[in-house]
Amino acid sequence: MYKVKVFITLRENVLDPQGTAVESALHSMAFEAVRDVRIGKYMELTIEKTDQNIDDAIKEMCERLLANTVIEDYRYEIEEVVAL
Amino acid sequence: MKFAVIVFPGSNCDIDMFHAIQDELGEEVEYVPHTADSLEGFDGILLPGGFSYGDYLRTGAIARFSKIMAEVVKASSVGVPILGVCNGFQILLEAGLLPGAMRKNRDLAFICKQTQLKVENNTTMFTTSYEKGETITLPIAHGEGNYYCDEETLSQLKENNQIAFTYHVDNPNGSLENIAGIVNENGNVLGMMPHPERAVDRLLGSEDGLKLFQSIVRNWRESYVVNA
Repeated sequence: MYKVKVFITLRENVLDPQGTAVESALHSMAFEAVRDVRIGKYMELTIEKTDQNIDDAIKEMCERLLANTVIEDYRYEIEEVVAL
Repeated sequence: MKFAVIVFPGSNCDIDMFHAIQDELGEEVEYVPHTADSLEGFDGILLPGGFSYGDYLRTGAIARFSKIMAEVVKASSVGVPILGVCNGFQILLEAGLLPGAMRKNRDLAFICKQTQLKVENNTTMFTTSYEKGETITLPIAHGEGNYYCDEETLSQLKENNQIAFTYHVDNPNGSLENIAGIVNENGNVLGMMPHPERAVDRLLGSEDGLKLFQSIVRNWRESYVVNA
């Protein structure tokens, strides 16, 4: 089995109005040192081992569904785990 | 002309769309569920607004994989007129039938109000009943209508005259270049955030949306008569 962690963030050149709102809230809490906040998504997938290459599978999942690559970037971490 | 209104789980403007076609436009219309596997016999396809699949993951992201969408893609490639309004526009973007993507509204609020639009291109099959540059009033109701595309795509949109509607004077959601609606390169797919189906009678505050549906019918009839 694989445990896969997928991180999706808005691309750098895409404005993140949620991040900006959170940043100003942090400033109002006196954390003036905060320079930038970017909000993203985190997903955990548990995937059975098959003949298909796990990297290729995750990439396709990200490109076609999990992320919208027009506005989002993704990265992922794969961990092999023993099935319970 | 016979229209299909595609119904996804979470569609909520399907009845408005049906009413606009049947009672105001006076054409044939049928609901088609997202699980259907054929759009044969339909001359026009309408993707209504709403919150398909609860907007989970991203607006339109999951609806795009429903069974009927394969048929919508097929119909688009043979020139069938396809209109996506609001969530329908978001689904068309996710399906890759239109370029670009939607971001959350600039001010993060869900906006529900009348907007002034400018008809940028009145040569598409959806807009010929309008004057070029005409200002019209249509309602919007969305949280994610902040259209975005990269510079290359934007210059293609301009070059091919694919920007159909822009917000006039006031841009409610922060969309790139005030974009409110775009067509595909072939001109048979229109996606727009404002709701023409909610502006088909003076009782509703505006009847400016009716001309959009009338344009589709007129252009379809003309090409049908010419080709027949």
